[in-house]
Amino acid sequence: MIRIKCPICGLRNETEFTYGADATVKRPEMGEQEQQPWVDYVFNRDNPRGWHKEYWHHVQGCRQWVVLERNTLTHEIGECKLAREVEQ
Amino acid sequence: MTKYSALSVFRHALSGNKNWGRAWRDPEPKSSYDVVIVGGGGHGLATAYYLAKEHGITNVAVVEQGWLGGGNTGRNTTIVRSNYMMPGNTMFYERSMQLWENLSQDLNYNVMISQRGQYNLCHSPGQMDAARRRGNIMRANGIDAELFDREEVKRRLPYLDYSENARFPIHGAIYQSRAGTARHDAVAWGYARGADQRGVDILQQREVTGYLWDGGKIVGVQTNRGDIRAQKVALCVAGHSGHLAHMAGLRLPVETHSLQAYVTEPYKPLVDTVISFGAAHFYISQSDKGGLVLGGDLDMYNSYAQRGGLPIVEHTLASAKALMPCVSRLKLLRHWAGVMDMSMDGSPFITKTPVDGLYLNGGWCYGGFKATPASGWCFAHTIAKDEPHEDNAEFTLDRFNRGYQIDEKGMGPQPNAH
Repeated sequence: MIRIKCPICGLRNETEFTYGADATVKRPEMGEQEQQPWVDYVFNRDNPRGWHKEYWHHVQGCRQWVVLERNTLTHEIGECKLAREVEQ
Repeated sequence: MTKYSALSVFRHALSGNKNWGRAWRDPEPKSSYDVVIVGGGGHGLATAYYLAKEHGITNVAVVEQGWLGGGNTGRNTTIVRSNYMMPGNTMFYERSMQLWENLSQDLNYNVMISQRGQYNLCHSPGQMDAARRRGNIMRANGIDAELFDREEVKRRLPYLDYSENARFPIHGAIYQSRAGTARHDAVAWGYARGADQRGVDILQQREVTGYLWDGGKIVGVQTNRGDIRAQKVALCVAGHSGHLAHMAGLRLPVETHSLQAYVTEPYKPLVDTVISFGAAHFYISQSDKGGLVLGGDLDMYNSYAQRGGLPIVEHTLASAKALMPCVSRLKLLRHWAGVMDMSMDGSPFITKTPVDGLYLNGGWCYGGFKATPASGWCFAHTIAKDEPHEDNAEFTLDRFNRGYQIDEKGMGPQPNAH
């Protein structure tokens, strides 16, 4: 069981959360004309073996989106911030 | 190398089974090969086997970090089937099914293929319609499929929950009678032995740590036990494709997720087929030793850890009990996880890559085991001829650029949803 320290609710079980997506993916500017940046945005991922930044939704708690740092190899949990406070 | 037969079993029994030869060598690597295959699982070994058998390319090495079949080949739930309906998938998986049917004879190694049939249960009229459509597409392509109503499913699988209280009432099922199970370790071992007999070097406990470059072209691999040069380097490392592609400067439309499987304590013969629950992601079969083999959903978050979390254990067992109340008091004997290449459309890659000299086989999601023979067969063709076979022509990386995703479940670019 992963335990996530929600900035609002404190340490909570993983089962209260829903995994969202890779939080390092950035949407291109809406005026971007090239195809490749859009392909990269929609489909291609770094998929790191190690530390990963990702969105989780505290859907059965405060219903906030958070950005969690988690190690994909060890399941170690790092920093957890409110998504709206993370600079895009 | 001796040919395995009933006679050889009898002869070796007379000498106390003390004189069996090794099934494959443990050679020192040559300094260079025509093809180096990274990954000694079913797919990598099958690729080596078909390169040698179909294309006469025997100057081949398979480089494996651990031991043969110790990754996803030994971690799946051993189910084989060919019930795919998207163009690009259908005939590829059917080729695999046809190779499975003759694999033991072809390899002279008993892979224990058991065509016990597979049911995909439907729990709503909508699912019945989708199953009918899938079945029709399969039959139009010459693949067997049957649609059963509730009464027929009840007659065939009387131990499922047909009560008033069933959380997801069973409306019917689509059935493929040629589907079934195979012994997954034997698949790796059989291909290893067959490839080795034809001159392929199998190099175990040798981890690839990087590539050898000549300009922009890959000309070999660096390993923790020395460099090996190769004209072509072929990745068969599903689960770690992203990691090895990253070393070559590629980003793939793949995320790595862990998927768990479970075996219960041995039980008297109960499930003589393969059953997939249509209401949750859950499937069940029974091994020859009697253990019920259960499979469920991903853990849903990216993971390379090869171990799963307990919430999914609970979810899977709840699915088991919703489908088959009679299993409620069985104990789990083991559970484990493998790491999957979850691709952005749920379909695999068997293709050349944008990097010269590098070939990719990966993105297998939940479905790598059943694909093993055709995957090796098509990948060998792609490597040997430098162009895909018709059956893997759609499994390219650039299908995402062109808008030609093969999204069997229609889930969109959400890797954990496939």
